[in-house]
Amino acid sequence: MLQVDFQKSLPEFQLSARFAVKDEIIVLFGPSGSGKTTILNCIAGLAHPEYGTIRLADRLFFDHKDNIKLPVQKRNVGYLFQDYALFPHMTVEKNIRYGMQRDAQGQVEELLQSVGIDHLLQKYPHQLSGGQKQRVALVRALATKPDILLLDEPLSALDADTRRQCQAELLRIHEKWRIPFLLVTHDRDEAERLGDLILTNRDGHWSLD
Amino acid sequence: MDSNLTPLLLSLKVAAISTSVVFVVGLLMARLLTQKEFWGKHFLESLILLPIVLPPTVVGFGLLLAFGKNGFLGQLLYDMFGIQIVFTLTGAVIASIVVSFPLMYQSAQAAFTGIDRRFEDAARTMGSSEWRVFWTISFPLAWPGLLAGLVLSFARGLGEFGATLMLAGYIPGKTDTIPVAIYFAVEAGQMDKAMFWVIVIVALGMGTTVWLNWWSRRSMRRFANTK
Repeated sequence: MLQVDFQKSLPEFQLSARFAVKDEIIVLFGPSGSGKTTILNCIAGLAHPEYGTIRLADRLFFDHKDNIKLPVQKRNVGYLFQDYALFPHMTVEKNIRYGMQRDAQGQVEELLQSVGIDHLLQKYPHQLSGGQKQRVALVRALATKPDILLLDEPLSALDADTRRQCQAELLRIHEKWRIPFLLVTHDRDEAERLGDLILTNRDGHWSLD
Repeated sequence: MDSNLTPLLLSLKVAAISTSVVFVVGLLMARLLTQKEFWGKHFLESLILLPIVLPPTVVGFGLLLAFGKNGFLGQLLYDMFGIQIVFTLTGAVIASIVVSFPLMYQSAQAAFTGIDRRFEDAARTMGSSEWRVFWTISFPLAWPGLLAGLVLSFARGLGEFGATLMLAGYIPGKTDTIPVAIYFAVEAGQMDKAMFWVIVIVALGMGTTVWLNWWSRRSMRRFANTK
């Protein structure tokens, strides 16, 4: 259960978000500049709101009243960045092993096969196609066995066919992992195809429809 | 032809010691200053870069004031450890540190600023401590720029003249680094000797710039198509 209720001032407007969700795929749908990435960053701990609380299951991530800011390293979130942020100086294997939990070996191997990148382990990121990078980043994020997965426009750099494939993969993987997926997109089709729930923004305030 | 190679050895020694100091301190300061915002930061950065624009004699004069017999640091070092800075190789090292530090600092700062922050953030979300983030992500990604700064500092240390002369003087066999030796050879009308050292230092300098050029072009290509 992810409970979010916070406010943060951005240069152009006052951002606020209020929602509670379970182990579903939740889509943040809206135009660029509407604060979607900031919401993901606040949940991950890379940015902090000014007011409110963020809670994942029984763990308090942020609370302005008690001045609680759980460090990003302790939140156990998986984060798939826009453009993926694969470490350019490491092979695919080293990227995936970077934050891998010891007991995740089996799951990771299964993932590698199911998304079809097990033959790429010795390649470097710049040798991969867009779809391959997306899959490596996904496996890398899941290898940490996160309690929640944040995905920032994960498919926007891909061509239509690859995109369709990756959407199907995401649905399949979510079915297996059963953790909240919080996915940012500005594509209405994608929002409807993937989202169990859709968060939208009205005057800077994000909530469920 | 003078077969006495002392100036070359002294120059290499001075440059090696000063570069080691400058590399570590420049790296740490650049890292800290690119991450933290505080009052007086811009003033501090300007101060660090000052030796680039000042005449070396002015830098040397300042160092003489600080490290001379009656200078604050000079007195402190002498009283506590019995160390004298003026007219010693240590003086040459200090002069070399001060003039080459801005080069290392600038290179390191550019190298750290050039790293995409998301790589470091991605590592943090994977549970990596700040220390591990630095050694596994920031340092390797900044390495091409850091190495360029290191080589540049070494070359600058090798060629340091003005501040060195002011602080360390010219004591043959003790503080006569190549640039100082050239000056006094010309003074004494020993043009052959001067020419020899000039060729040595031009060769070293040329080697440095050719390598730097090659290295920076290679580094630019290194992770091409990353995006």
